[in-house]
Amino acid sequence: MGYPHKSHARETPVLSQHFGDTDAISLSGWRQRGGYRALEQALGMAPVDITNIVKESGLRGRGGAGFPTGLKWSFMKPGDGKPHYLCCNADESEPGTFKDREIMRWTPHALIEGCAVAAHAMGAETTYIYIRGEFTEPLERMTAAVKEAYSEGVLGKNALGSGKRIDVHVHKGAGAYICGEETALMNSLEGRRGNPRIKPPFPAVSGVFGQPTTINNVETLAAVPHILNNGAEWYKQMCLSSPKSTGSKLYSVCGNVRRPGTYEVVMGFPFKDFLYDLCGGPPVGRKFKAIIPGGASVPIQTMEEAEATLMDYEGFVAKGTMLGSGGVICIDDQQCMVKQIGRLARFFAHESCAQCTQCREGTAWTTKIVERIEAGEGTTADLDTLLSIADNMTGKTICVLSDSCAVPVVSGIQKFRDEFMAHITQKRCPYRTTPARSAAA
Amino acid sequence: MTTKAPYEPVFVGERREELDALLGRYPTKMAALLPALWIIQEARGWVSDAAMEEVASVLDLTPAYVKGVVTFYTMYHQHPVGKYFVQVCTTSPCNVCGAEDVVRAFLRQTKCEELGQTSPDGRFTVIEVECLGACGFATPVMINAEFIESVTPDTVPAIVAAHK
Amino acid sequence: MNDVTLTIEGRQVHVPAGTSILEAAKTAGILVPHYCYHPALPIPALCRMCLVEVEKAPKLMPACQTSVADNQVVHVHSAKAQEARKGVLEMLLINHPLDCPICDQSGECELQDYTYAEGRADSRYKEPKRFNPVEDFGGDVMYVANRCILCTRCVRFMEDVAHDAVLTVSERGDRALISKFEDHDLTHPWAGNVVELCPVGALLSKDFLNKARAWELDRAASICPNCTQGCNTTIETRDNVVVRLRPRVNEDVNKYFMCDHGRLDYRWLNRRDRVTSPSVRGQHADWSLAVAAAINALAGRTLNVLASPMLSNEALFLLGRLVKRLNGKGWFTVPQGPEAPLDGVQDLALRSDRAANVKGAELFGFARIADPAVVLAGLTDKDVLLVADEELAGHSVPPKAGAIVVIGTTQPAWTGTNPVVLPTTNMAEEEGTFTNLRGRVQRYLQAKAPPGESRPTYAVLSDVLIAAGEPANYMIPSEVFAALAASHPSFSGMSYDTLALKGAVIK
Repeated sequence: MGYPHKSHARETPVLSQHFGDTDAISLSGWRQRGGYRALEQALGMAPVDITNIVKESGLRGRGGAGFPTGLKWSFMKPGDGKPHYLCCNADESEPGTFKDREIMRWTPHALIEGCAVAAHAMGAETTYIYIRGEFTEPLERMTAAVKEAYSEGVLGKNALGSGKRIDVHVHKGAGAYICGEETALMNSLEGRRGNPRIKPPFPAVSGVFGQPTTINNVETLAAVPHILNNGAEWYKQMCLSSPKSTGSKLYSVCGNVRRPGTYEVVMGFPFKDFLYDLCGGPPVGRKFKAIIPGGASVPIQTMEEAEATLMDYEGFVAKGTMLGSGGVICIDDQQCMVKQIGRLARFFAHESCAQCTQCREGTAWTTKIVERIEAGEGTTADLDTLLSIADNMTGKTICVLSDSCAVPVVSGIQKFRDEFMAHITQKRCPYRTTPARSAAA
Repeated sequence: MTTKAPYEPVFVGERREELDALLGRYPTKMAALLPALWIIQEARGWVSDAAMEEVASVLDLTPAYVKGVVTFYTMYHQHPVGKYFVQVCTTSPCNVCGAEDVVRAFLRQTKCEELGQTSPDGRFTVIEVECLGACGFATPVMINAEFIESVTPDTVPAIVAAHK
Repeated sequence: MNDVTLTIEGRQVHVPAGTSILEAAKTAGILVPHYCYHPALPIPALCRMCLVEVEKAPKLMPACQTSVADNQVVHVHSAKAQEARKGVLEMLLINHPLDCPICDQSGECELQDYTYAEGRADSRYKEPKRFNPVEDFGGDVMYVANRCILCTRCVRFMEDVAHDAVLTVSERGDRALISKFEDHDLTHPWAGNVVELCPVGALLSKDFLNKARAWELDRAASICPNCTQGCNTTIETRDNVVVRLRPRVNEDVNKYFMCDHGRLDYRWLNRRDRVTSPSVRGQHADWSLAVAAAINALAGRTLNVLASPMLSNEALFLLGRLVKRLNGKGWFTVPQGPEAPLDGVQDLALRSDRAANVKGAELFGFARIADPAVVLAGLTDKDVLLVADEELAGHSVPPKAGAIVVIGTTQPAWTGTNPVVLPTTNMAEEEGTFTNLRGRVQRYLQAKAPPGESRPTYAVLSDVLIAAGEPANYMIPSEVFAALAASHPSFSGMSYDTLALKGAVIK
């Protein structure tokens, strides 16, 4: 039922099959479980062939943007005489998301293998795995695993005896959600403030240190060896609904739910079954009120929308939201939507890098207004102001943190206007929240 | 009159070797800045102005530039903190699971009067932080680099007691 | 390089490929409102003011960063673009203090200007404003953090142009502000330009603090006289007192900048210890009497001229003619100071020769000497010393010349009580030209009225020349320059019209 629970029968454990298995952590354990076969195979292939397989598989970026991975790799052609870089985005900071940490702490070699295959496909001799500073255990496990990989000759000047150099370095972040934005990650890696960059130039042309760079999410890279081992067709066939969404996806389930954890299902899985069957439904005595299915940056769903959703990129969009990072935040009927929307706005205000005017000022302004409403001092004019600010914050900035802050506000006012109005008319918060422990009995 | 102890450089001996090894990973000195700041914080518990000047000189950067970087990232402390720096996640996924009660429990148990202030016995500083990336294990708490999952108000006393 | 044709606000614009929409709009006389963009600095595109509507593009595009494309149709003032700008202005104002009544920038503030033009008339912000204290950044610069709009021009100037990264953005989100490091001040010799670059009243000149309102100032195009670089400037006066110097753009000399030394060294233009009426032997005389007395002093003696390298080309030209006519000799000395380049700009520095027209003095036949005291000591009563506005600071020994004629703004104490004094204007009170160290001849215009009976040096020398028997009937300085250009091959073909306000290099 999703780590830390045993796998549910309706899950498709590909990336998560060894979660919780301490023997999978070591290099020998990984090898026993079929690890590094894909890398061996890849090292004997022409890079462009690897990219084509990934393209064919339909794998899309699992960090939140859903950009076709093979296509992204093809932007960086080997053999242009410049040093190429691969950055693994392990900055996992999107509220509600905690899947990459599981990959890194249970199957660190899965990530190393994925990075190495990708690095070879793109002619990147150096890979940096940028792990957020708070991830103590993943940092320890990845660092140890990289060390193992070097001493066993999997990485280094002569990766697996292929004559090719594959270097992987673990780089520790220092507390900034915005460094999960790929261009901000590059700046942070270079030793700068984590400011997103303007584009052009695009990373594949001029990325870290001014050289061609590709940035991929942990889950995306971890999927690659499986695709090589089982073939693009195998991955493509994991598809229950939209043909543009293939493969399996890790969902981080959290909030007010019976069985929080990391679940893996095939693209197109019915969300209603997922929530009530696999995840156990709401805590005892409560009902679900709202779901944010893809991390804090995607629109809030009403239960009506959620229960009619098929879980893939297109399916979530069809039901008023987005797949995003797959961080499923469950909110029950005891929670105050206004409070939580304010809390999310506060998150974005804390994390804004301060470059763009609308984000720097708008995130803080939004937070102040929503918190004022929550405290019972709001007016209906404030709702109009919030929507107007949200509009100013959307589509006008260097990166989408600004847009992300606007999202819960707009979807919240749209779909839970009655809660806002209750605060305004009653001049207080009508919810006395009794927080439920997310695990039931 | 209190005389300030002269500043002892961080990047000598083993730590200088550690930094040199790090420098080998990147094509620029500047890229070693975040790792170098971690070395400083691990050695001294916080990043002082003097330490910023030292790392600036070692990496051929200006102190103002280093300050810009240090103040951007929340995990670098610019002043000393308690022996145990308690960071409780209160972003929405944990918030709906009672994270604020966990914060209150820590403040009570450590006898810290306010968030961000160090307890009278100098052992604890408690702050709220943003999403720690362990939402399914609400409420996660970091104490220095130690990552503790699934903290509830009931488990707080034992945690505090265990950190002498 | 291919040229691109596009339409901006209904006008066809033709520019080289790679030009930004913002720069392309300039060529059509269209201003795209902006803050963080500056032609001399790297482009960060972060203020988001310059968002324009480009037909067929899915989002508004930042004009400073977006390159032109063939057949692009750009709207700067469409409803969407205006709304976006209005949004940015509103966001900038929510934490901005209502300081206009006490803020130096008022009247020349880009936040005021754009808000008046396109901003909201009211404020929707009901929350407490963020507060940061005022900081002394060192040098001439103070930082009023509350007013800062985080455009980062100052940070980029110090890093990329001054090559002295002493400023940084610190903190994140709406807590962000510009910071310096403790004990590392803005002491770079060109740091004062950040005050110039700051679009609002966040970075202010301590020297100019609370001195005058921008709309009270009269302005005249001028040239900085304080070294041989010849930075183009604007002299700003209030009630006939020079209160500020600011750089004027000249791509070939100083780009957009001037150094702190030049910027702050203007008080001498307001000196009151001047000679303002003609006098002979300490007694007031009218001009014709005084000129006659001067001719008398020159007659039968050997002419020795000590000229100031601060004199204009026009003055030095006429002075040179006088020297020639009377078979005399002329010298000049140049005060020295440390050279201070602005590394990020080619060939721009505060020069060690601290005078405006060293080249002019050389071109018109004056000999450069390190210590004029030597020359002065050798004078006898067979000599007449003509002191042309050279104070010779630090000198005290009266020369033993037979006569002394002072044609200048002050009467140095060492000239005694008997000289003929013909009072002249300083460079702010006249029109003329200087020649900079690269031979660029540049015009400066009159910024304030001269005191008392002072007259421009070229006018006084014209009278003296005429009295000495040489035709010199010049009514206005352009006529002097025309004569100068006609008789000196290096200046041939030049005129005030051709020099305009950018200057030209001698042959």
